[in-house]
Amino acid sequence: MSTERTPTDAPTPEKATAPVNDLAHTGEPADSAEIARVRTLTEQLRCLVCQNQTIADSNAGLAIDLREQVVKQVRSGRTDTEIKQYMVERYGDFVLYDPPFSTINSVLWIGPFVLLAIGLLLVWRSVIRRHRSVDAPSQPSAEQRAQLQVLEARYQASTPSASTPPASTSKDSAQRRTR
Amino acid sequence: MMRWVRLGLPLLIFTLLVIVLARGLEFDPRHLPSARQGKPAPRFEVPTLGSDQVFSTESMLGKVWVINVFASWCTACVIEHPKLLKLSKRSDFNLIGLAYKDEPAATAQWLRQHGDPYQQIALDLNGQIGIDYGVYGVPETYVINPQGVITYRHVGPINDAFFDQHVAPLLAANP
Repeated sequence: MSTERTPTDAPTPEKATAPVNDLAHTGEPADSAEIARVRTLTEQLRCLVCQNQTIADSNAGLAIDLREQVVKQVRSGRTDTEIKQYMVERYGDFVLYDPPFSTINSVLWIGPFVLLAIGLLLVWRSVIRRHRSVDAPSQPSAEQRAQLQVLEARYQASTPSASTPPASTSKDSAQRRTR
Repeated sequence: MMRWVRLGLPLLIFTLLVIVLARGLEFDPRHLPSARQGKPAPRFEVPTLGSDQVFSTESMLGKVWVINVFASWCTACVIEHPKLLKLSKRSDFNLIGLAYKDEPAATAQWLRQHGDPYQQIALDLNGQIGIDYGVYGVPETYVINPQGVITYRHVGPINDAFFDQHVAPLLAANP
C-alpha cells in the first residue's frame, strides 16, 4: 500500500565475497546425530530475508550465514535452547516458527478460543430459545389475552340476553362448537 | 431498542474490522521490530578501511554515534548516500560506517565514486557483526547513546526526518 516502501538489499551468495567462516565446510566428517540436530534446528528458524522460508530451505546470503552459525554452535556443544536464544536475542521472536506466548501475541493465541466461546454461547442461546417456543406453541401472550378479554367483554355488553354461546375468537371454543 | 442492537452491532463489528484490516494493509511485513533496540550495542573491535587503525565500540562510549551498515553491492545504499553525505557535515555526532560482507577494495572504490561520509569504516568481512546486531538487510542504521545503548534502528535508506527524530533528541539530552 505504502509508496514509501524502500528497498533493502540482502546479501546474495555470489555477492558475498568475504571469506565465509569455513568451520561448516571443513573436511571433518559430521556424524549423523549432528546433522539431524542441525536439520531440526534450522527448520524451526525463519529466514528473515525471504520470510516464508526456513533457514534450512533458503539460499539467501543471510540464511546461509545463519545455517553456518547453527552448525558452528552445534559443534561447540551448545544446547538447542541456547542456539534459539542466540537467534531470538538478535532477530526477535519472529525468527522462531513457533513463537512463545507473550503479552504482545497473547491476542493471537487466545483470540480464536474467545471467538469460539462467543460462537458456542450464541448457538446455545438460540437453541434454548427455539426449545421454549416448541414447548409452548399456542400460548397467547399477555397482550393477546388482554385483547381477548376486551373483545369478550364488548360482545357480552352488546348482547346481554343472548342465549346462544358467543362465537368466540378462541380456538378452543370454536373447535368445541364444531364437534 | 432490541432491533437497533441487532442491526447496529454487526455493523459496528464490521466497521471495526474494516478499520483494523485497513491499518494492517499499511504495515510493511518486512519491517520487523528490532530485538536489539533498547539493549546495549554488541561490542566489537575490527580493522578499519584504508588505515591500520582498529575501530572499537569502547572508544565510542560517552558519545552519541550512528553506525550505518552499507556495502558496495547494495543498490539501495546509493539512494541513501546523499543524505549521509549531508549529515557528515555536522560535527556534533559520530557517523561510523560498517562495510558489511564486502571486499575492502570494492568498498573503497564505491566510496571514491559516491563520496565518503564516514569518520571511520569498520570492516565486517564475514558478516558476524551484522548477525550480532540483527542486520537482515542493507542498508540499516543504528543510533547509539553515550551509555552504549541502541536507541533506534532503521531498516532501509534513512529518510529526511531521521536526524531530527532520532539523533537530535539524544544530542539535546547529552550536551
